[in-house]
Amino acid sequence: MRQLLIPLASGTIFGAGLTIGGMTDPARVRGFLDLFRAWDPTLAFVMGGAVLVMALAWMVQRRMLRPAFADAFSLPDRNDLTARLIGGSALFGIGWGIAGLCPGPGFAALAIAPGSAAIFVAAMLAGMLAVRLVEGRN
Amino acid sequence: MSLPGFPDAAPLAGLTGGLLIGLAAAIMLLGAGRIAGVSGIAARAFGLADSSMPRTGAWAFVIGLPLGALIVTRLTDTPAPSFAAPITLVIAGLIVGIGTRLGSGCTSGHGVCGMSRLSQRSLVATATFMITGFATVALMNAAF
Repeated sequence: MRQLLIPLASGTIFGAGLTIGGMTDPARVRGFLDLFRAWDPTLAFVMGGAVLVMALAWMVQRRMLRPAFADAFSLPDRNDLTARLIGGSALFGIGWGIAGLCPGPGFAALAIAPGSAAIFVAAMLAGMLAVRLVEGRN
Repeated sequence: MSLPGFPDAAPLAGLTGGLLIGLAAAIMLLGAGRIAGVSGIAARAFGLADSSMPRTGAWAFVIGLPLGALIVTRLTDTPAPSFAAPITLVIAGLIVGIGTRLGSGCTSGHGVCGMSRLSQRSLVATATFMITGFATVALMNAAF
């Protein structure tokens, strides 16, 4: 049960935060990315608030031997900068700028504008599947 | 509350939303010992990525996202946002899907969880997708 409750609580609070912060409003997101015209700094506050809380969480994490409701921490430990990381992130930024949606708000917006959000999410999953298929052949 | 010089900005709502996102990521980290990275967890839920995270847990997180949005829209009267045309959403979605898998994360995993940990990979990834995001919107504004 805890295996489900922790991610469900996290996802629900995450979705609420995205909506309150304006991340599910593509115009708000693209206003933030519109650095050279009428820049809307709202998303800087979203990112600042989230990073602030998580910076504290990482300080707590370093003092914990194991997570509260799991046997062990399962965290990324890579530190290498690769062309794949940078090229993939560059692509992601382009897609983010085109429609003003990133993955979290795409899912959250299913409750706000189901038709539009479903199209975006389906296309995003198709893109993920494409990577999976191409890499599967290697 | 408004920000002098930025009439459209909603700093208090932004900060409140950000603190909640941080809380959500902290619950995932300290409770389940995992990164609350939406692209990775979604890929796991749909069987598009290998991960040690149980698929049921990944689904619970993904279902929570619209659930949280639903609760907020029911409790507040926020105006309905407008979304891009379907063809634009398809192109953007495909690029976001490919980019986040190749780049191992998105705004949540790299931007929130990784940056707050001062992960070198996440700092570079976030700087990269911010720059191409700024450039994309600038180019689209210039072209249309």
